[in-house]
Amino acid sequence: MELQMRTMTPQRILVLIGYAAAAVALFCAPLYLSDFRLNLLAKFLAFAIVALGLDLIWGYTGILSLGHGVFFGLGAYAMAMYLKLEASGGKLPDFMNWSGLTSLPWFWKPFGSFGFAVAAGLLLPALLALVLGFFTFRNRIRGVYFTILTQALVIITTTLFIGQQAFTGGTNGVTGFGTLFGQSLGKAETKQILYFVTVIALFAAFVLCRYIVGSRFGRVMRAIRDGENRARFIGYNPAVYQMLVFCVSAALAGLAGMLFVLHVGIISPSMMGIVPSIEMVLWVAIGGRGTLIGAALGAILMNAAKSTFSESYPELWTMFLGLLFVIVVVFLPKGLAGLFPQIKLRKRRGMEHEGEGVHYSAL
Amino acid sequence: MKEKASIILHCNAVTVEFDGFKAVQGMDFELKRGELRFLIGPNGAGKTTMLDVICGKVRPTAGKVLFKGSVDITRKKEHAIAELGIGRKFQTPSIFHTLTVFENLEIAMSQNRGVFATLRARMRNEDRERMMNQLAMIGLEAKAQWRAGRLSHGEKQWLEIGMMLLQEPEILLLDEPVAGMTDKETDKTGELLHAIAKKRSVVVVEHDMEFVRNFASKVTVMHEGKLLKEGSMDEVQGDDRVAEVYLGKRRDADAGRTTA
Repeated sequence: MELQMRTMTPQRILVLIGYAAAAVALFCAPLYLSDFRLNLLAKFLAFAIVALGLDLIWGYTGILSLGHGVFFGLGAYAMAMYLKLEASGGKLPDFMNWSGLTSLPWFWKPFGSFGFAVAAGLLLPALLALVLGFFTFRNRIRGVYFTILTQALVIITTTLFIGQQAFTGGTNGVTGFGTLFGQSLGKAETKQILYFVTVIALFAAFVLCRYIVGSRFGRVMRAIRDGENRARFIGYNPAVYQMLVFCVSAALAGLAGMLFVLHVGIISPSMMGIVPSIEMVLWVAIGGRGTLIGAALGAILMNAAKSTFSESYPELWTMFLGLLFVIVVVFLPKGLAGLFPQIKLRKRRGMEHEGEGVHYSAL
Repeated sequence: MKEKASIILHCNAVTVEFDGFKAVQGMDFELKRGELRFLIGPNGAGKTTMLDVICGKVRPTAGKVLFKGSVDITRKKEHAIAELGIGRKFQTPSIFHTLTVFENLEIAMSQNRGVFATLRARMRNEDRERMMNQLAMIGLEAKAQWRAGRLSHGEKQWLEIGMMLLQEPEILLLDEPVAGMTDKETDKTGELLHAIAKKRSVVVVEHDMEFVRNFASKVTVMHEGKLLKEGSMDEVQGDDRVAEVYLGKRRDADAGRTTA
């Protein structure tokens, strides 16, 4: 890619037109979607941010995390705590009263500040990822073993959140929000603004991921995926790279979680559990690992399909999802993005086996 | 360089034990700057294990490895040793197969390998030139944009050698670089090795005796984890113990078969 200077080949122009069309379609969505649909789309776009982060760690670095629900959940809870405090208006949040607390726990207090809540929503997931990554990647725990540990992380976290009802709202989670900056969250205008915020966040996340993947750092990520040991003998420390990617990935999930709460108005442990965590991975697998646009589209399309499908056949959705996953694994190892190989092929000659180095054995 | 006989690598009484089995037993080994050294010996002599010790893949049970006389690398991690200037090429070609040939060289090139450095790295003109020269040397100019996984076996080996050279190590450890190559590829690799050894020290583990004969200057023979003989190819070939190790084994085996 570096050899051919960044000239405007027809393929490149085509890709740019595609991006521009997507941007226009997203920014004009309020014009042609009902408020209800717009709110749904906003939620899907938040999920697309998770998918981008997952693609960084899984598609590009070859590490499968089945624990992104936790990072998503931490971001969501951070935002929910802020909203809950605003809704309670200086009084103790309702669920704390029910559980017999008489004063606000110390760790809730700083969440009265919006800036702190946002920072925590990004940094807490990143920090947790750093700690987990530090103890695993440095000790060369990889593949299935790492994946199992991320599942354990999910179980520990959800159990903790359910058990500490007085502090977290337990199984019910945190809900019953009213306003954000004095604006009612239920109002159509507020929802529209939140939608635009989400679109911008998604674009920012995409540009960030694009930059990472296109940099030399991105090539080292792929090198680590292809041969971690070889990268080590060249002089790279894979653990540091894996930790940083994992952190960025977790922070993106946290960002998505914050946006999710703003759109949906609730976060509960079941939304960060095992099943949502696995579902997130499926979006990326079905959309296409190793291509950012594939991962993002996978998340949007899968969720759109889910909400359409489950409106009519709620009990069949999970079976359909399973079937779709099997079909993609068997026939489309590169995901839906693999259906459009010719653009890629011409863009980088001799790279037609994009993603060949990633194996489903990581599952 | 050769007249300045400074020692770049010094292995002192290195012993490696795997679950009670001694793969290397008190091996001493010295390498001078700019030396091309061949390490030979029958299967299981501990040659590859020696390379593993030097590059940090295996920690010795006892003994010390000193780089440039003073730096103790016995307990250092692989990537730290690689950064100091010891490059390793494994038996099977291990290139990054989803990266292009050019990208393989790009990340191998000597540079700051920290995460923030690679995030900001830009391709400078002199880097590009270095890489183009390297591509020419390994004869892969036309395939720069190919995914490395599509190269033939020999091309992969050369790409890996090219990567190692861009890494600019002071010591290059090569494990059977010509295994599986055609005669023509073998000759080309031999020439490549001589060109390489002009600037740096090279240790080659090799089984192909004809290749060793054609290109070796100094040979170290290992047997059962110990140093058996060190010297020129002629000296080594004339040595009775070496002959016994290489030929005697066969004689014993034949004898065993006839008496059985």
